[in-house]
Amino acid sequence: MDMPDPRAAVLSKKANLVERLQAVLPADAVIHEAQEVLAYECDALTAYRCPPLAAVLPSSTEEVAAVLRICHEEGVPVVPRGSGTSLAGGALPTADSVILGVARLTEVLETDYDNRFIRVQAGRTNLSVTGAVEADDFFYAPDPSSQLACAIAGNIGMNSGGAHCLKYGVTTNNLLGVTAVMMDGTVVEIGGAHLDAGGLDLLGLICGSEGQLALVTEATLRILRKPEGARPVLMGYNSSEVAGRVVSEIIKAGILPVAIEFMDRPCIRATEDFAGAGYPDCEALLIVEVEGSDAEIDAQLGVILQIARKHDPVAIRESESAEESARIWLGRKSAFGAMGQINDYMCLDGTIPVDKLPEVLRRTAEMAAGYGLEVANVFHAGDGNMHPLILFDANAPGELEKCEALGADILRLCVEVGGCLTGEHGVGVEKRDLMSDQFAPEDMEAQMRVKDVFDSAWLLNPAKVFPLAVSAARRAA
Amino acid sequence: MIAPTTEADLAAAVASADGPLRVLGGGTRPVGRPVAGTPLSAAALSGVELYEPGALTLVVRAGTPLAEVEDVLAAENQRLPFEPMDHRALLGTEGTPTIGGVVAANVSGPRRVQAGACRDFLLGVRFVDGTGTVVKNGGRVMKNVTGYDLVKLMAGSWGTLGVLTEVSLKVLAGPEAEATLVARGLNDAEAVAALCRALGTPFDVSGAAHLGDGVADGPRTQVRVEGMASSVVYRVERLLAELPGFVAVEGAESAKLWREVRDVTPFAGEAGAVWRVSVKPTDGPALTAALRAAGLAHRALYDWGGGLVWLLVPEDGDAGAGAVRDAVAARGGHATLVRASEAVRAEVPVFQPEPGPLAAIGAGLRARFDPRGILNPGLMA
Ligand SMILES: Cc1cc2nc3c(=O)[nH]c(=O)nc-3n(C[C@H](O)[C@H](O)[C@H](O)COP(=O)(O)OP(=O)(O)OC[C@H]3O[C@@H](n4cnc5c(N)ncnc54)[C@H](O)[C@@H]3O)c2cc1C
Repeated sequence: MDMPDPRAAVLSKKANLVERLQAVLPADAVIHEAQEVLAYECDALTAYRCPPLAAVLPSSTEEVAAVLRICHEEGVPVVPRGSGTSLAGGALPTADSVILGVARLTEVLETDYDNRFIRVQAGRTNLSVTGAVEADDFFYAPDPSSQLACAIAGNIGMNSGGAHCLKYGVTTNNLLGVTAVMMDGTVVEIGGAHLDAGGLDLLGLICGSEGQLALVTEATLRILRKPEGARPVLMGYNSSEVAGRVVSEIIKAGILPVAIEFMDRPCIRATEDFAGAGYPDCEALLIVEVEGSDAEIDAQLGVILQIARKHDPVAIRESESAEESARIWLGRKSAFGAMGQINDYMCLDGTIPVDKLPEVLRRTAEMAAGYGLEVANVFHAGDGNMHPLILFDANAPGELEKCEALGADILRLCVEVGGCLTGEHGVGVEKRDLMSDQFAPEDMEAQMRVKDVFDSAWLLNPAKVFPLAVSAARRAA
Repeated sequence: MIAPTTEADLAAAVASADGPLRVLGGGTRPVGRPVAGTPLSAAALSGVELYEPGALTLVVRAGTPLAEVEDVLAAENQRLPFEPMDHRALLGTEGTPTIGGVVAANVSGPRRVQAGACRDFLLGVRFVDGTGTVVKNGGRVMKNVTGYDLVKLMAGSWGTLGVLTEVSLKVLAGPEAEATLVARGLNDAEAVAALCRALGTPFDVSGAAHLGDGVADGPRTQVRVEGMASSVVYRVERLLAELPGFVAVEGAESAKLWREVRDVTPFAGEAGAVWRVSVKPTDGPALTAALRAAGLAHRALYDWGGGLVWLLVPEDGDAGAGAVRDAVAARGGHATLVRASEAVRAEVPVFQPEPGPLAAIGAGLRARFDPRGILNPGLMA
């Protein structure tokens, strides 16, 4: 993976830049010592690291605007950062960049149950948004597994999803408005507490733009009343074809579960060793969760189980209590931890049309065998968002490269069958060079024109999303 | 009228155009600034490309009649979840609305409060930009964050950034049953308070509307639930306990109440201009009170729990634009002049004027996607 060479002209004016930043921010909000900037050298894609020129931690929209104005004038690239949990290298700096972290912007600004929204500063963590309203029985729906750590800012940057998005949608479907600062320091308000921002859908554009269009400082989010209850059911099958058919029959039956999760045999075995949730040893395991009152849950599970039983399940486990529900989820929730226990792993995130599931699983296994690597699958089956985990040994020479090559092959397969490279993690640097496999040059050109409008000098997170060769002319201009 | 039958021909027609184009689907709606130009119709790009009921995905050519889309889905007991309106009665037009026109207008009906807007169900687009280049974005899968989301940008761009040739949509199953709780005689503030209460319950309300005083059949306040039959019965019972004074109606009778709201039929055939205003729900009644105080006679129909206000106003002068836009500006939101004579629409900004920086971004995007300024020029200005 390449990054552009740092601009010598920027590196050489570090002292002057730091001085200018210190003039608009409190002393402890400008981090520039070599030892200290190391804390910002990577996000959760830890294979790639590079300390930034400096990092700043503003405490208000005005301070953010002041920083951006200075960087704009000085021609210094800026990399926005929430909590740095990106799995795609979205918050990875270059040596000539300033990391702009929103970690100090954590306040709740307004909570309105009549109109069902909350307005927060963007550095607030995802889980603490729900935390602010759950005593009143409300919640914020998008729930990435990283929700304890990740910030709303990063969720907006990546348009993050979560376990419950089959029913509630992803970040973009729950975002009503933002306050954002453009690279030249202009503050814009888009949308608000009303539905559907006026004019062109700039809110939809900013969400998922990976910190390349504007820096988000505040967000208005839709909150929902908590359902009366939720209950999962677990079923095991001896082939992934059959499990795939069960998923599509459930969907066709008109039931909209909140989650349909899938695990394959390698994943089941690993989590059993790790968590001992008592999962059946089978080819394909499904966990389906529905919501409502007890009687409503019974009725929905009745339909689901009828479908499940038609297809000769190896096992079906219903839940009679909160403890049993927790045990059904236990293995799924510890899947990533279990994988980390046996090996290093790389987590992919391609999405496929759900009817292509069996084909993709089969061809993934064949490709993995070709590389001599093992792949375990755990993913959101209802919406086709795969998470193949490639197991490898980071200390063995050449294994990371082999693993990356297999990962690229799997993602190309996702595109080939009508899917896409990334369903919720974002392109970042990780999938940047595969963009040409999904998009024709004119498709990428159309996207880059959008960045031209928001950030004509290409200073905001410039080395991400588009293959470097494709964006080279714009970044140099 | 240019009416290409293939995407390639449409691209060629745009590339070789030597003047402004007026982009049409079914051509059923004279909305926005009147556009002078050669009509370019997408209506001949018609037909379903792919429909996977088990994956909840539908890919159709942009000129496909909306009615055909709905029939194809109904055969599998599925539907467009965002409940697009049929505006022909309101606007007094005839013709065949197309799915491309619906997407270009980001049209969403009463279920928007629960399910989301048209843009939330739009998975992918193909379009021809103002240079005649074919561009694709998104795809046919439900989760996709690969590159920028031009899909959302195209929804609600009213044919000013490109001509849609194909759209892919997420669809959902139709419900087994529906029921509506109805109350009569509430004033606007009482009604919206009841709607907010209903929407704040765990009972998955999928419609919350109020026909104000002076509206045909008003005042009428209504709250909808849909789903499995047993669940509808249960939720109606729980909601009746929360909402004193409401009574329940079911099935076809319930559906009829929502078609009226969706299509704003109480204002169809009534003289006057029609505004569509989006504010936060509790601001709905405050907004109409402010209009009254400002001396603007009107009738109001509230959807989306109070947040979508349809206003029928006299069509003299600026058709109430000054008062409506002031009242919106004071609260946050936006107002669109949906129905008015061409003369009024030529004078009054049809869409909410935007603050400078946002207007500059919009103008910048149009300049990049349509550098010659030939696609519906001025329509959104
Ligand atoms: C264990 C683990 C589990 C995960 N599970 C999920 C999951 O279930 N679903 C999922 O979708 N993701 C998941 N992720 C990925 C990651 O958590 C999400 O992408 C998250 O939204 C990133 O948030 P962050 O605050 O850490 O952002 P960062 O990593 O700091 O940044 C992410 C991107 O957003 C941009 N950005 C940050 N702040 C701003 C801002 N203020 N304005 C504009 N752009 C900004 C950055 O430049 C970067 O491109 C997981 C990650 C880990 C480590």
